[in-house]
Order: sequence, then C-alpha cells, then structure tokens
Amino acid sequence: MKNLAFFLIGIPFGIIMTKSEVISWFRITEMFRFESFHMYGVIGVAVAVGAVAMFILKNRHVKTWTGVEVSYTPMPFNMKRHLLAGSLFGIGWAITGACPGPMWVLLGNGFWVILIYLVGATIGTWAYGAVADKLPH
Amino acid sequence: MDIINWISQPWHWAIGGLAIAALSISMTLMGQKFGVSSSFKVLCTWAGAGKRIPYFRIDTKGERWRMLFVAGGVLGGVISAHLLRSPEPVAISDATIQYLAGLGIDYPASDETGMGFVPTTLFNFANWKGILLALVGGFFVGFGSRYGEGCTSGHAITGLSHLSLPSLVTVIGFFIGGLFMTWLVLPYILPYFL
Repeated sequence: MKNLAFFLIGIPFGIIMTKSEVISWFRITEMFRFESFHMYGVIGVAVAVGAVAMFILKNRHVKTWTGVEVSYTPMPFNMKRHLLAGSLFGIGWAITGACPGPMWVLLGNGFWVILIYLVGATIGTWAYGAVADKLPH
Repeated sequence: MDIINWISQPWHWAIGGLAIAALSISMTLMGQKFGVSSSFKVLCTWAGAGKRIPYFRIDTKGERWRMLFVAGGVLGGVISAHLLRSPEPVAISDATIQYLAGLGIDYPASDETGMGFVPTTLFNFANWKGILLALVGGFFVGFGSRYGEGCTSGHAITGLSHLSLPSLVTVIGFFIGGLFMTWLVLPYILPYFL
C-alpha cells in the first residue's frame, strides 16, 4: 500500500517537472549560459523552502510514516570524489539537458528519443559498478 | 474547467520551486528521500548486472517504491502532455535561441515539434550522430550520478535542503562539468552531430 502511495505522488512529480519546465533541454542550456534566471529561481526556491521545512521537521522531532524521526545522514565527505563525480554528471547534464527525473518525465511527454538517454544512463550506471573499486571514494 | 486552464499555463519559477519543495517534503514525511538516479541501478540489477558485479547484488524489493515513483512520473508526463498542455512553448531567452540557431539547432516552438522541450533537430531517430551523442550524454549522467551517489534531486534538492556539505560540493561539480561542456566543448562539436 505504501508503495502505491509513491506511485501516486509520482504523478504530481511528473506534472511539476513538466510545468516548471526543468525538463526542457533549452532551459538547461540557458542556465549554463546564464541567459535566464528561470532554473536558478526554481532550484533556489525549492532549496530555500526545503531547508526551512527540514529544519522545522528535525527541530520538532516530527515522525515520518515509518515511525522514525526525520533525519539526514550526509555521505562521508571526500572532496576529490564529489568534484569528480559531480563534474562527470554535469558533462552529461549539459549534453542531454536532462537529469534522471526529467528523463523519465520526458518519456511520458511522448519524446521516444529519450529512451536513448535512459539506455545510456543505465549503461553508465553499469560501468560505474564495474569500475567502482578503482575510483577514489 | 478553470483550474485545468490555470495549471496548463506556463508556471512562474517561484511556483515551480515551491511545488518541488512540497514534493520533497511530502516524500520525507512518507519516509523516503527524493532521489531518482538509483532507479538506473535497479534497472541494472533487474537486467542481471549482479551476476558478475557485487555492487548490483541488492534486494530490489526495498527499491520498489522508487520504481513506482518514476512510473508515476512517466504517467505525470503523459497527463501533462495530453491534459495540461501549455498553449505556449517554453519561453526560452532570445539570447539562447540566437546562440543555438548559430549552431544550426532550431528552437522547436510548434506543437508538432514539441513546444521547446527537446532539440529535435539534434536528437531524433533519423540522426544517428545525434543518437550517439544522446547515448554518451546519458552514460555520463548514469556514471556520474552513481559515483556521486545522487543527481539533481538527491543532491541539489534533498541534500542542499539538509545543508549537506558533500551535496554542496557535488552540485559545484555539476556546474564545473556543465559549464565546461556548454562553453568550451559543445559550441565547437554540436554542428558535427547534426
């Protein structure tokens, strides 16, 4: 039942990604070229509101559905890894103009060519798994 | 219905940002963290990647919620395209449109060409070079997000909302890679992929 709830909340997720236009390749190019405030506005508001909300939820010890308090454990810090991984992702983001969420949502919007992104991303994930122990972590 | 028309029009960035925050807060209260890229890891496991690579030997039952979430996202995309279609294309800045036109990439503003979402002149099944580029781009997204343990949703939205330093550095990395490509590589190579 709880899993079904995630399917249901996925629907507004798809609508929000589409209507906020973050799934547009052109919005991403525009963002990296600093030619519009749109993407910075979307992400900035999402983070600012999210940060206040998470602070309140943690401060008031609010419990989630699963009965545990809201908490967050950051991954272990490793400067080299974060910069390298982030840069590799950024290279892909600039080419495809879509991060993983938008890829799925674009497919729903009827852009079949996005299947190629999804195949590429799955192969990339597979490749990471194959070489993970040789990379700095 | 008025509400349908209201949702269908292009959203102001502040509305988009608020809606994404509401989504990430809801998912937190539902006991999970807003994150999408792990769905590719599950696809690998389903495809049998665990046979040779221990990294993919995971119990996908625990990831069922995420796969249902992305399936809902696909359905949300279908609903957006059919019931909530904007009367206008994505309002990209003229500067970007001009820059791309100079590279030979059209701004697909019409209903048939996709209302400004995907550069169909570059990425379409009739252009094998574009398909190759899409595959390479997808590869970097998949590789980078797994190596960094998260993508835009997991780091830029969830991680930054929790003021996580690893997420901040990862997001800086997103921009290092993205700016490098957008300014120093793509302007010179994109015309060759058309």
